Amino acid sequence: MGIGLALTTVIGRGAGLGVVAPPSGMALVPSGRYEPLFRGEKDPKEVTVEAFLLDVAPVSNADYLEFVKANPKWRRSEVKRLFADENYLKSWADDLDFGAANRTNAPVVHVSWFAAKAYCAWKGKRLPTTAEWEYAAAASPRRADGGKDTQFKQQILAWYAQPSVSNLPPVASRTPNYFGVHDLHGLVWEWVADFNTAMVTGDARGDTGLERKLFCGSGSEGTNDRENYPAYMRYAFRSSLKAAYTVHNLGFRGAKDL
Amino acid sequence: MRGTEAEVKAKATKPADPAIVGEETAVLTQAPNVPPPIKRSHATKVIIKLEVREVVRKLSDGVEYLFWTFGGEVPGSFMRIREGDLIEFHLNNHPSSKLPHNIDLHAVTGPGGGAASSFTAPGHSSVFSFKALNPGLYVYHCATAPVGMHVGNGMYGLILVEPTDGLPKVDKEYYVMQGEFYTMGKFGDPGLQFFDQEKAVDERPTYVVFNGAVSSLVGDKAITANVGETVRIYVGNGGPNLIASFHVIGEIFDRVYAEGSTTPTLHNVQTTIVPAGGSAMVEFKVEVPGTYILVDHSLFRAFNKGALGMLKVNGPENLLAYSGKEVDAVYLGRQAEAGSEAEKRVRALEEQMQQAIKSTPAIANLTKELQVERGKQVFMQTCFVCHQVDGKGIPNQIPPLAGSDFLMADHERAIRIVLQGQTGELTVNGKKYNGTMLPLNNLSDDEIANVLTYVKNSWGNTAPAVKSDTVRRIRSETPAPVANAYE
Repeated sequence: MGIGLALTTVIGRGAGLGVVAPPSGMALVPSGRYEPLFRGEKDPKEVTVEAFLLDVAPVSNADYLEFVKANPKWRRSEVKRLFADENYLKSWADDLDFGAANRTNAPVVHVSWFAAKAYCAWKGKRLPTTAEWEYAAAASPRRADGGKDTQFKQQILAWYAQPSVSNLPPVASRTPNYFGVHDLHGLVWEWVADFNTAMVTGDARGDTGLERKLFCGSGSEGTNDRENYPAYMRYAFRSSLKAAYTVHNLGFRGAKDL
Repeated sequence: MRGTEAEVKAKATKPADPAIVGEETAVLTQAPNVPPPIKRSHATKVIIKLEVREVVRKLSDGVEYLFWTFGGEVPGSFMRIREGDLIEFHLNNHPSSKLPHNIDLHAVTGPGGGAASSFTAPGHSSVFSFKALNPGLYVYHCATAPVGMHVGNGMYGLILVEPTDGLPKVDKEYYVMQGEFYTMGKFGDPGLQFFDQEKAVDERPTYVVFNGAVSSLVGDKAITANVGETVRIYVGNGGPNLIASFHVIGEIFDRVYAEGSTTPTLHNVQTTIVPAGGSAMVEFKVEVPGTYILVDHSLFRAFNKGALGMLKVNGPENLLAYSGKEVDAVYLGRQAEAGSEAEKRVRALEEQMQQAIKSTPAIANLTKELQVERGKQVFMQTCFVCHQVDGKGIPNQIPPLAGSDFLMADHERAIRIVLQGQTGELTVNGKKYNGTMLPLNNLSDDEIANVLTYVKNSWGNTAPAVKSDTVRRIRSETPAPVANAYE
């Protein structure tokens, strides 16, 4: 297969590794370069993302149920307010019941960053970084650099133009991207490890100015790609969060070093 | 956790304001309504609770859009406070929202106008306070990245800060706010329409509308007044891109509070500019009954993109102020040289073409479809203001074309009415109408044939195509125009 060959080549050159079969449920994202949307004036234009493993799909309700069964302190009635707000697992029927059967493979939502982090640790994984997530999500179904593809961007934008649904469809039910990863767009938002470093102050227009310099301890020449509206929205979304927040359309997936 | 320490500190050190007496919750209204004037003679603490919702609503007939709103509608709720008031502002982002939102009120003095303090994730809420230092009519809007898209999806509204001694008393107050929408489909393309980033960046709107939708101020949703009353319209422009040229056809603004200032600096104004992210207050006394059309006088926005509303004024006629039509005459300007060699050749070729078309039924069929398409364009430029986009007319005033027995009964009568106009009583589908349709003899033979073919083959109507030749013949039979009384 073309994709397999391409991956082998990239991995061979970029990370100095041979062909690795990723563990079940994870995809190998080869090393590559990523241009952050926001960066400080001394930050490089591009950063290198080392090859890593990424869950092919967001964590489902069924997956998360196993986690709370094994870890009572993350059950809805047990969780500490400090680690998850009052809407934690709000759509579930009970501590160990995610409700309707059709939710089995739907992505788990209403989970805090603390909870997502704990889940990943329990699985021997970690949350992906913003750079890793954005790099993986820049791939369209056909190419690794889908970010420059107007049609792909427009398809992503279409998700924002549709109302939220209360019954989320199952994970991995649509075409995966170039790296074999599903649902990075068009299903739910996802937590990343460093969600609060995006440096959006809430007032998008001030983010290029002095306030941000003071606020974040770094200067800025603003954004890298003024045309990339979906990226703006992801950064804005992440910036609006606090680690204990839970949101009806915010889930997560795990990542792992090679 | 960032900001929390500063927040706590601000709360702890916020000084009490001795001028603030009492507390109240603001009355919020949806356009075109405005909350009642403030009767208080002192400053108070005003609690404003505004909910952000992302909702699917009608943008035009058969066209839906996922609007991002302040208060569930576009434009956002109208807020009315008084100079010196202390506002405790609650921004609640509904749990079903996909995105975080915030609010920048131009009435706020302070960096960002409240934007950073009100940045709120879905299912959460933020509170901040500000003192209304400057009176005026101010725009508020969402300032979350990408700002243009948040505003372009409908996130704007008006907040009025009344001066301490109030605004002059008027009889009617209304809230009208213009905004543009950029959709993937063309104007009128049905179904749920998506935001088109490219059109937005290029500033090529698909829709330019008042109060969030085509026809939101038309027909039974028109704003109203009675003869002799003074009307004040709080006009806002959300943009995100265009500057509006606000005009009321048939009225002159007695006073304009330019750009939302509380001092009426201009008198006797025909059209006033409303900048994107700006406002104006206009006041005028209505003297003559009838329907006044509100437009953005950048006219293609009004007639092709929806920037059109209505003010209906009821009351007795005032013939001294306006006589109504006194002479109705056809005036034919100098026509192209008839009988020239070039014209004869064109005629001959046209006839040849008609013969060829007649002998090929497939082409004849296609020409009808072409006529329908072309006629629709004429209709959307000329006829829809009265007969409405859906051809249903206006109850008791403008007869319907959709399913009209009167229209379908007489092929040539319809042509004559377009050419000569129509006055006096007529009965359509059992209902009597007694209005006036002005002659539209400025339309070409082709345009009349096309528009009639369109109306006779739309909204369930079906009929053969109207031929341009028939129109030409009937036009030639039209009585010679009476001499112009003013010549």
